[in-house]
Amino acid sequence: MIATVAAVSPVANGAVWPGMRWAVARDVKLALRSRAELGVQLLFYVIVVSLFPLATSPERNLLGAMGPGVLWVAALLASLISLPRLFAGDHADGTLEQIVLSPYPLVALVFGKIVAHWLTTGLPVVVLAPILGLEYAMDAEALAVLTTALLIGTPILSLLGAIGAALTLGLRAGGSLLALLVLPLYVPVLIFGAGAVDAARAGLGADANLSLLGAGLLIAIVGAPFAAAAAVRIAVD
Amino acid sequence: MLEAQKLAARRGYTELFTGIGFRVNPGEALVVTGANGTGKTTLLRILAGLSTPASGEMSWNGAKVAPLDPVFRGVLAHSGHLPGLKDELTAEENLASLLALDGETVTSDAVRKALHDVALARQRSLPARVLSQGQRRRVGLARLALLPRPLWILDEPTTALDAEGTELLARLLARHLANRGVVVAATHAPLRIDADRVRPLVLVGSLG
Repeated sequence: MIATVAAVSPVANGAVWPGMRWAVARDVKLALRSRAELGVQLLFYVIVVSLFPLATSPERNLLGAMGPGVLWVAALLASLISLPRLFAGDHADGTLEQIVLSPYPLVALVFGKIVAHWLTTGLPVVVLAPILGLEYAMDAEALAVLTTALLIGTPILSLLGAIGAALTLGLRAGGSLLALLVLPLYVPVLIFGAGAVDAARAGLGADANLSLLGAGLLIAIVGAPFAAAAAVRIAVD
Repeated sequence: MLEAQKLAARRGYTELFTGIGFRVNPGEALVVTGANGTGKTTLLRILAGLSTPASGEMSWNGAKVAPLDPVFRGVLAHSGHLPGLKDELTAEENLASLLALDGETVTSDAVRKALHDVALARQRSLPARVLSQGQRRRVGLARLALLPRPLWILDEPTTALDAEGTELLARLLARHLANRGVVVAATHAPLRIDADRVRPLVLVGSLG
């Protein structure tokens, strides 16, 4: 029994993968347990997208020009309304303290939480986009470009949003502050994402826009988890 | 062996406590008492590394420890005011998930046995949202029982526990101390630890 108490935890310092795996598996499981919440968020996205054809005109050219922008704005809003959930639950029930005290690197755990957030909120948005795009009379090529752009762009939304979500933890009216903090950061993603479809429609090819989105994703993957982890540490103090 | 020298904490511009120093040897418990607002929780959070002290330093087995030191995180088990349970998960899933986060690989049989030991065998498949406060605390006790960490930092461990629960806690503490573990506990209620193992620390407000 002396050995058990003297033993130092078996986690090797810097065990990144197991920490990430824990966070992804747990957060996806929690999201699937509260499926109603996920459903509400997706329904919000579907309704916002569907409101525009009703409010404007059913003219094909107008809808086709508007479609990519509307789908992207709706994707930003869908990401935004799901962001407060990312850390607030763990903060309220004390799990965040245990996460900070875990022997796994905090960055790995935070990155895992961001991945889980994208899997449960970003990925469904990507999957629904080609179907919703039909409402805007978009052709197959435009739909393919739009879906690709969303596939590259929505993880950026989760990554950048995580920084805002961690910074606004524990604040009153944190939700509206979060929108003010995060939406300006989303603007480049919106411009290149919607621009990719416009460029493809104009016959210029979407490569340039998609490459820039890809570069943005790489930068966000490298930087955002560290910034979010630092903000989580401050929130727990 | 946990040592602290001249620890001080500030809240805003007022000093919460200053010049706190102690040494706790293996097999001993530092029992922190004091009126509300004298900084018991703050002291424990500093020792766990969750908060940064205004000044002073601490060391574990002679080596200096910085807040959230990666190695020190593998040494301590912290139990704060909130048990860290997820309402959506069952008691069993919660316990397994917390232990996995602590980096421990525990068999599901061991998890069930630990829940049985804290008299939650019948509640193990219930979601945590229907558990009472005392039952949530007991899940925390089961976690401590399964977590082989030499240093336990416990903030008000008796809160919400009934007589039987307090007895369970006393047995866990006795076993941990007999295994040469170190305990730091802030409490208002007696913990029923052998008097020769207790190092008392009474916090009085700096302003009082």
